This record gives sequence, C-alpha cells and structure tokens, in this order.
Amino acid sequence: MMENTQNLEEATPMSLPSTPLPSSADTLSATGPVRCPDYIQVRDFCFNYTPEVRVLHDITMDIPENEVTAFIGPSGCGKTTLLRNFNRMNDLIDGISHEGVITVDGQDIFDPNLEVISLRKRIGMVFQKSNPFPKSIYENVVYSLRIAGQRDKNILDEVVERSLRGAALWDEVKDRLQQSALGLSGGQMQRLCIARAIANQPHILLMDEPCSALDPIATAKIEELISELKEQFTVVIVTHNMQQAARVSDRTAYFYLGKLIEMDETTKIFANPSKKETEDYISGRFG
Amino acid sequence: MSFFHSSQSKSDGTAPGEPMVWFSGMWLAIGLLMIVTLLTVIVKNGLTLFWPSKIVRIELVEGSAAAIQGASSFAGEVRKRQDKSIRDAEGHAIPELQFFVGNRDAYGFGFRYVDQADIAARTYPENFLVAERLEYGDLLGYPVALKLADGTVAVDAPDFRERLRALVDEGNQRRHEIERIEKGEIGAINRKMEALKLSLRKAELGDTLTDAFRASVEEETAALQAEYEVLAKEASSLRAEQKVARFVYRLDTGAERETAIGNLIHFYYPNEMGFFGRVGHFLAEIWNFLSEDPREANTEGGVFPAIFGTFVMTLLMSLVVVPFGVVAAIYLREYSKQGPLVRAVRIAVNNLAGVPSIVFGVFGLGFFVYFVGGGIDSLFYPERLPTPTFGTGGILWAALTLALMTVPVVIVSTEEALAAVSRGAREASLAAGASKWQTIQHIVLPASVPGVITGLVLSMARGAGEVAPLMLVGVVKLAPTLALDAQAPFVHLERKFMHLGFHIYDLGFQSPDSEAAKPMVFATTLLLIALVVVLNATAILLRERLRRKYASSAF
Repeated sequence: MMENTQNLEEATPMSLPSTPLPSSADTLSATGPVRCPDYIQVRDFCFNYTPEVRVLHDITMDIPENEVTAFIGPSGCGKTTLLRNFNRMNDLIDGISHEGVITVDGQDIFDPNLEVISLRKRIGMVFQKSNPFPKSIYENVVYSLRIAGQRDKNILDEVVERSLRGAALWDEVKDRLQQSALGLSGGQMQRLCIARAIANQPHILLMDEPCSALDPIATAKIEELISELKEQFTVVIVTHNMQQAARVSDRTAYFYLGKLIEMDETTKIFANPSKKETEDYISGRFG
Repeated sequence: MSFFHSSQSKSDGTAPGEPMVWFSGMWLAIGLLMIVTLLTVIVKNGLTLFWPSKIVRIELVEGSAAAIQGASSFAGEVRKRQDKSIRDAEGHAIPELQFFVGNRDAYGFGFRYVDQADIAARTYPENFLVAERLEYGDLLGYPVALKLADGTVAVDAPDFRERLRALVDEGNQRRHEIERIEKGEIGAINRKMEALKLSLRKAELGDTLTDAFRASVEEETAALQAEYEVLAKEASSLRAEQKVARFVYRLDTGAERETAIGNLIHFYYPNEMGFFGRVGHFLAEIWNFLSEDPREANTEGGVFPAIFGTFVMTLLMSLVVVPFGVVAAIYLREYSKQGPLVRAVRIAVNNLAGVPSIVFGVFGLGFFVYFVGGGIDSLFYPERLPTPTFGTGGILWAALTLALMTVPVVIVSTEEALAAVSRGAREASLAAGASKWQTIQHIVLPASVPGVITGLVLSMARGAGEVAPLMLVGVVKLAPTLALDAQAPFVHLERKFMHLGFHIYDLGFQSPDSEAAKPMVFATTLLLIALVVVLNATAILLRERLRRKYASSAF
C-alpha cells in the first residue's frame, strides 16, 4: 500500500505535464472556489472502501467542460469508483473514507454544507445496466422533475419531448409514452435512461459503461448520441471498450490498480502514449 | 448417440436423487390427502344441514328399547349409521342407526339410536310434514287440521296446504312487523330516553343542572313514555294475533298436538319433493343460514351477525396492521443501521409471532380494554359510568389485539420485499436527485406492495381464524346489534360482536343440545374457511395485478 502511494507521487506530475492549473499543493491549501466553470477537478484523491482496502491512490486530474472524457483500464482499476464519487453515489456504502479534494464548478463536493441532492441534480448518471423504473415511459423521463415538485403539465410534456429527442428515442416511442418502460428493448431502455438523466438539464453526464449490455447497432446509436450530447454537457464515460473510447472521447484517462497512469488527448493516448503501461494496454500486450 | 447412453440406462428409477423425488412427492401426497379428507368431511357434514332428507317411518320389533312413549313406531330422518362400541356375545358388531325425530317438546329429546336388529319395517309416509319452529327445533308430524277463529279446516280439504302456507306467510310478516316495532321504534325511543337520562347526569356532574332543564327533560321523558305505551300496546296486540290460528298435527307415536301457526317459520313435505324441489329447498336453506339471525341459543337460524362480525373485524385489523407493519419494516430495513441491536429487534419481532394468542388476549384486555378504553370512558363518557362504553370488550379492541398479534408477519414479509428491490432502481432514483424518503416513496414501496400483500394475506388468515384472544376482548355468543348500522354515527366500534370462530366453539361445546348443533358446527366451519378463502383470493388477485404492473426483468 505504502509502496503504491509512493510510486504514484512520482507518476502523477509526469502524467499531467501540461496542467495549466495551480499546483496540487496550492489547490489543497485553497479553501475558496477555484475559477473553472463546469470543470471537475480532482486533487490527490484517495478512496477507501474499508480502512484496509484502498481503491484509489492520489488521483489528480482535470476534466474540461463540454468534452467527452473516457476512463479506460482493466476491471477493478477504480475507474467506476472515481466516477461514482463525482455525484457521491458511494455515500450509500458503509465504511467508506476518502482523502483529497474533488471540486465541481469550483465547489468542493465533500463540503459538509453542500446538499448532496443539489449536487446530484446537476449531475446526470447513466448506469451499466439499464434501470428504468417500473413506470410509464413518460413518468420515467419526468421523474427528476416530479420529485422536485414540478406539476405543470406543459412543462413536463416539453421536457419529455426534448429529453427523448435528445436521447434519440422520441420517434420510436412518441406514440406510446404512457406504456410501461419495461416493454422497451435493451437499447431503447438505455437511451430512456439517458433521457431520464438529461431531463433535468444537468451540467455533467456520467456514464458507467453504458453500452456493455448492448448489441453493436444499439451501441452505435448511443455513441452517436454521446458525440451530440457533448455540445450541452460535460460527459465522463467509463468504458472497457478501447475502440469506443477512441471513437467518442476527446480526452482519455488510463487507470491501473487504482492509479491514474496517464491522461491526455485521446488522439495522443492512442497514437503516441507517453507511458509504457498505457501503450501495452492499448496495443493489447497487457501484462 | 453413445453420448447420451449413460443417462438412458438409468431411467429405471435408480438415477442419483430419484428416490428423493419419490420420497418428497409421497409426503406432499400425504399432506394433500389429509387436507382433502378434512375438507370433504367438513363439506359433507356441513351441507347435510341444508339437504332435505326423506323421513322414514320405523316399525319396531316387539319390546324394543328404542320405543318412544310406548308406541311401536316412530318417524324420523336417518343421520348416521355406526357400529355400537360394545359387541354381542359372539363378538359380532352391532350396527345401529341414529334418527333425528324432532318434536323435542313432545319427546324431551331430538335424536334416537335404534339397533338395526330392532327395525321390523321401514316405510316412507305420505303427507308427512316437517316444520321449522321458533322453539323446540323442528316439528315432524302428520297435519290434522287448522283451527282458525272462524272454524276449522280439516287436512282433507282441497286447499289445506295453500291455506297453511298463507297462514305461515302471514305469521312471518307479522313477526317481522313486531320485530320492527320492538327493535326499531321502541329501540329508538329507548335510546332517546337513555340520552335524556345521560344529559341530566352530565349536567349533574358538571354542576350546571337547573330546575328548568330538569323539568324539560322530565317532560320529554314523559312524552316518550307515552309514545312507548302506544307502540308496546301495538306490539302486544300483534303478539296476541300470532296465537289465534292454530295448527293441529299428529305424531307418529299417535299423540295429537297443536301449536300456534305464528310459531312456524316454514314447512315442507320431504317425502313428496322431487330432485329439483330438494335442490331449491337446499339453496333456500343455505341462503337463510347466511342471511338470518341465530335462534335458540344459536343452534337454529342463521349466522349472519357472525359473518358480519368476522368480516368487519378482519378488515379493521388489516387497516391497522398494514400501516403499522410497513412503517416498522421501512425503519428496520431502510433507515436503521444494520447491527446487533437491529438483529435483536428482528429476532424479537419473529418471536412475537410465536407468543400464544391467549397472551395477546390478556394483553389486549389489560392494555386496550381497561387502560385505553377505561381512559376514554373517564375522559369522554363520565356520565355513563359505571357502565363502560369503550372500557369493555369491543370490535375495535379485538381488531387492535389481533393486529398486534399478526404484525410480525407483515413486518417480516415487507422487509423481505424491501430487500428485494434492486439496487439499480434505488441508485437511479438517488442519482436523479431524489432524497432517501422520495426514493422509498416513489420507487421502493410501490415495488414492495406485492410482498406487503403477501404478509396481509397471511395475517388475515391467522386473524380471521383466531378465537382465544377474542373471547377476552369483545366476542360474545349473541350480539343484538351490528358494528355498522343505520343508526348515527353508523360505525360503532365499541360494540361487542359475533365471530364465526367463536360461534364454532360455542355451538360445539356450549350448546344445550350438542347433537342438534353438530351440523351447524360443520356448516359454520365451512363458512369460516370460505370467508378466509374469499378474503385471501381478493388480496391475491390484487397482488397479481400489481405484480404484472411492476414485473420487470430489467432490474
């Protein structure tokens, strides 16, 4: 454990050579907001599931606005854990602890004064397994508005159409909005989940392997969708599929054993990675 | 083909695990057989109560011990065939028959056992009449004449049966009229007088009693009293009319007797009925059983108040037990930190289901009836004391006691249902910005409803069939009024009630004529089972509909 941490300390500055931000030490000492609108900043972030099990080691990264950032790496490398920290979904697990800072739009998300619900309202999330509610298609999309107390039928109708169009699902379901969402196909369900995630117009969209359970055609549709979504949202996507990362993302981060090995422009990562580990993984010569 | 060879060669019942299949199947078959036998016994015995059997006339051999009042014959209905418990000198079984002979007023008993050997001849007499009466059970005899105010009508008159029928119908109408006057109108006057008396007492207790108020109360009471006199007179003249027309009949033993026709409820000629006539009679009897009030220490008449009491009590119990159990389960599963304390609570809840039900009855009596009910009485009904209002057993306390008894079932099944709601759905809701409570309210609870209903079904089945605790907290042998009626405030939760389970116990073990009550016991049992099945089927149908709604393979 100690060994790993030390290794990472060496690795981190090198993996982010062109960081235009203040040094990590400065960020840690600064308690006030940092001027980076809709930017996710991660500084020296460590995460433990139990005091003995540390799954993330000193992660430092910046996720720019209106770009697609892909997290790649082998299973168990911590990419999903990091993603789930951005909207604090890990709070549901007992015994977790963390060190370091994550800021979203300059706001420390672990600030005890921050209401986690307001954070989650600004961050949409799409899960690996599509998980529509056992309700109608319409009710699935407007769920986040309903719980926020929105009752105006006109607004809800508008949101449903806009979100479903945004998720490229409108034409397929516009005639059966009141039918159960559980009658949709797998790909449609996942796009419905995307529509649900963007209904409340979040700033950030987190996607945790959104295509892992889908066939190639549905995957293609969702990838196309992701490229469109980045116009409005900052997208962070976790994927196992390196071709997918290459196709959809602007920046790619490679994780291995809880450490961020390298993060850079996708074209650079795939064409000319600066680290040997990254190259091995990408070229399939892993291990 | 050789690939499958080994499995085919073992299809002779020796394949690994095959004996276990047979073994478990056998136990299931035994269990089913026991249930089917029990149900068959209940159905057969219960339904014979309503089926009009033929009346058989028995000629006895000389000197038989079974002779009734010295006569050499009698008429009755065969109820049972059995072997005597003792055997004759050569060790052969002695078969005997049990006859229902009715006419308890004349004979002093309603049943007669006769040795098969004592029967010299059997015939099925024509023109034999069976009548249900208000008192002394059924009348079995040959009609002789009608004694009316303006002369007699002999049995050979061509319109004898029609006239008898008309007179019985008239008597029934008059009886309903008397009941309406006595229970309805006189009852209303009594309630008003009671209310006046209470208002006087209330004023006395509150020290606000004035002479003017007392005078006005006395005046109103006198007016009511006068009204009552009129009605009472009307009722008693109707009662007198009931006794005018008389029915003369002859028993098979030869004695001639007569009874007021106002005493008869209905009559039929069992030996002249065709199959469809019997079926019609059978259905009419079932309807009477379901819709009428009991008579003669519950051994005759219907069980309507008991059905109603059971139904209302079970519904009240469900209304209490579901919110109570669901809220407790939500706290245990969703909010509390899972640890030794919660585990202990869970074990305690499960153990609560094993506490003998009579203990819950004692608790209900001590806590609900005496403490809560007594408190309500001294706070809200001081003028009625020492007569208790809520401080005595009642349908509300019975429902609460049973709710407490069955709440562990609801908690356990709800907890399981909550635990089965997928993480995916919860996370999706939380990620959409819902709070924990909103997630429970919109996602978790709707998906758990089928599990909640499963718990409700189990608790209803247990609650509806429970007797012991009810005896302490409000069930009675005969309740004059129902918990719901047309009288303001329409719902009377403080009232005592009748219950089918208790009715079974009462008929079987507290009845003056247990032999006569036996078919009623089976019929009531059948009814209780049917009621539980109906309640459960409703809940299960509801659950299936919800299941279809929430069915999901996506989670």
